[in-house]
Amino acid sequence: MRDYVGSGRPVIRVEDVSKAFRIPEEQMHTLKERALHPLRRTGYNTFKALEGISFEVKEGEFYGIVGRNGSGKSTLLKCLAGIYSADRGRIWITGRMSPFIELGVGFNPDLAARDNVVLNGIMLGLSPREARARYEHVIEFAELEDFQELKLKNYSSGMHVRLAFSVAIQVDADVLLIDEVLAVGDASFQQKCFDVFNRLRDEGRTIVLVTHDMGAVARFCHRALLLEHGDMVVEGDPDDVANHYLELNFNRDAPAPQPVGAQWSGSGAARIADAWCEDGDGSQPTMFRQGDPLRFCARVEFVDAVEDPALSVAFQNEDKVTALVANTAAEIERSGRFAAGEQAVFSIDFENLLAPGRYLVIATLSRLGRGLELIDRSDGEVTLIVKGTTAQGGVVDLPVHSTIERSPSYERRGVEVSS
Amino acid sequence: MSSYSYTDVTDLGEPIRGPSALSGDFRRFWHLTFTIARTEFKLRFYGSVLGYFWQLARPLMMFGVLDAVYTLGKLGSADHYSAMLLSGVVLYTFFTEATGGSVRCVVDRESFVRKIQFPRLAIPFAVVLTACFNLAINFLAIGAFILLEGVTPRLTWLELPVIIVILILFATGVSMLLSALFVKFRDIQPIWDVVCQVLFYASLILIPIEKLQEHKGLILGSPLLHLWLINPFADLIQQYRHALLGAPSGPTVVHGTHGGINVLAAAGGWADLAIPIVIILASLVVGFWVFNRSAPHIAENL
Repeated sequence: MRDYVGSGRPVIRVEDVSKAFRIPEEQMHTLKERALHPLRRTGYNTFKALEGISFEVKEGEFYGIVGRNGSGKSTLLKCLAGIYSADRGRIWITGRMSPFIELGVGFNPDLAARDNVVLNGIMLGLSPREARARYEHVIEFAELEDFQELKLKNYSSGMHVRLAFSVAIQVDADVLLIDEVLAVGDASFQQKCFDVFNRLRDEGRTIVLVTHDMGAVARFCHRALLLEHGDMVVEGDPDDVANHYLELNFNRDAPAPQPVGAQWSGSGAARIADAWCEDGDGSQPTMFRQGDPLRFCARVEFVDAVEDPALSVAFQNEDKVTALVANTAAEIERSGRFAAGEQAVFSIDFENLLAPGRYLVIATLSRLGRGLELIDRSDGEVTLIVKGTTAQGGVVDLPVHSTIERSPSYERRGVEVSS
Repeated sequence: MSSYSYTDVTDLGEPIRGPSALSGDFRRFWHLTFTIARTEFKLRFYGSVLGYFWQLARPLMMFGVLDAVYTLGKLGSADHYSAMLLSGVVLYTFFTEATGGSVRCVVDRESFVRKIQFPRLAIPFAVVLTACFNLAINFLAIGAFILLEGVTPRLTWLELPVIIVILILFATGVSMLLSALFVKFRDIQPIWDVVCQVLFYASLILIPIEKLQEHKGLILGSPLLHLWLINPFADLIQQYRHALLGAPSGPTVVHGTHGGINVLAAAGGWADLAIPIVIILASLVVGFWVFNRSAPHIAENL
C-alpha cells in the first residue's frame, strides 16, 4: 500500500445504493402463455444484490472492492459502469470513465485487427477519428505489428487478449473500473496488467478494482471496501479489509478441507486425545496473525507403556501442499518411558511464517524403534487459519533481506541483486 | 453504513443515470449506430467473390421468378408490370430485413448489452441502417432496370425520397417495438415471420390492385378495398408505384375518380389515409415508448 497523494476531490460518490433482482418462480417466456393464462400472476423471489452501499473514491485513488462470490461486487461495478440501474440511491462519477468489465467487447473474429480496434474503441466511447488515430499505438503496445492483416479468428488466445487489453488502456479514461475477469491471462500478462495499472495510478488516474486477491489489495489499494451478501462489512484501510475478508472466508460456511490419503491406524498403544494451536500467550484465537509465535500442542493418553514416543505435526495448505513439518524427535530423541495410564502434552513452538490461508493440521504420534512405528494419528480435526497481508505468493513467507550493490566496473550488467 | 462521512464537496454535477435507450450525446449514438451497421454490412458478404452482388441477387431472383410466372400467366398485364413488381419486391425485402432482423438483435448482442454502457437504441437502429445500405444498392439496380424498361422520368419522382423516408420511419418504429418485446416474449419471432408472409400478399406486391378491380370486379368503396388501404405498407407501395410509374394512388383506387378529379381531395379519401398515417406515427411513438421503458432493465432480463 502506498500513501495517497491527491487533491482529495471526490470523483466517485455512491450514496445509499440498493439493487435487487426479481427472479420469477415461473418464467413466462411467450405471448402464447400470456394469452392462455391472462389472469395468472407469476410470483417472484427478490434477490437483494446490494443494500445501502455508500462510499466515495477520491481523485487519483486506487480503490478496491472485495467480497466472496455472490457478495454483489460485480453488480456494484455494473451499477458504476451504468450497465445496471440502481433501484435506490444515487451515483456520481466525474470525468471520463472506462469500464474494464470484459476485454474485447464487440470483437468480431471475421475482421482484421484494424477494424476490430476501431470497433472496440468506439464501443468504449471514442469517436471514430480518435479510434483510428490510436490504432498504431494499440498495435505497438500489443506487439502485433506483424499480424495486422490477419483475421482475429486466426489469432492465438494470447494475441487476442493482448490486443483487447491494448485497446482498453488506450482509451484515456480518468476513472477506470476493473473487474477481476481481467486476471485471466498467464502470469506474465497479469504482471503486465499490473504494471499498467501502477503506471496509470502514478499518472493520477482513479482506479476501482474488483478482486479476490488480497495480495493485490494490500499492494495497490489506498482504500478498500468489503461486501458480503450485498452489505458493506467494512470500508477503509486495505489491511483491515483483507483481514476481514479472510475471516469471512474461513469462519463461515467454507467446508473444512478433507485430508488426503486413507486413514491410517496406528498400534493403539497411545492416542492423541486432544490437539490445538495456541498463541504466544496461551490463548486460542480463531485466527493467527502471521509473524506471531505459534504453539502446536497435543495431549497424549498412553494406553500401554511406550518408550521414546515422538510427536510430528504437518501443516497442509488448501492446495494440499505440506508447508511445514516439525517433529519433537529432532530435539528430544530420547523422550523416555511413559507408563500406561499416563498423560503428556507435546508442544512444538515456532514463529508463524506460514502464508495467510487455511491449513489442515495433521499430528502423528510414533515411536523410534527399528524404523518408525506409528502409534496414533489425528488429522482433519484441527485447522489453522493464518491471517496477514504480506503474502508474496509462496507457501511460507520467510524473512528476507534485500540489497542492491552497484559495481562500477561493469558497464552493462551494473546491478546485482543478492538476498 | 448509511451514515457515511462524505467529503464536503457539493458540486458533483448530476448523478449518473443507468442504462437507457438514448443516453449520452447524440454524436456517440450516431457513431455507434453507424459503426455497428457498417460492420454488419461489411461482414455479410465478407470474403465471397461476388461480394455485394449477393445482396442484389436475393430480390432479383425473387423478382425474376415472379415476373416470369405472372407475365406468362397474363396476370401482370399492367403497363411496366416488371418495373412495378421489382420496386414492390425491393421495398418488401427492405421492410422484412429491417423488422425481421431487429427481432433478435438485442438478444443476439447480449455480450455488448451486459458488458458496456451505451445507448441501447443504437442496436435496432443499426439493423435498420444496415437494411438502408442494402436498399441503396438495390435502388441502383432498380434504376438501371427502369431506364432499360423505357420508363420515362416524370416530375412525381421527386416524391419518391419522401415515400422512402416514411417507409424507413415505419420500419424503425416497428423495429423498436419488436426488439424490446422479444426480450420478454420469445414467440415474437415466429409470429412476425407469419405477419411478414401475410404482408407480402396483403400488400398486393404481385398483382396491381387496379388489375384486380378490372378482372375480379372489386367495386369502388368495397370493404375489402378499405381494409387494403388501412395497411400502411400497402399504401406506401401503391404510392411509390403512383409516383414512379403513374399507377393510381391508393385513395383513387378505393374511391375512383369523378371526371378526372382525384377524390383524394374529398373528405372520404383523407379519412382513409388518416388511418395508415396514424398507424405509422403510432408505431414510432409506441415503439420508442416500449423500448425506452424496457431499456434500463434489458441487461438484467436477457
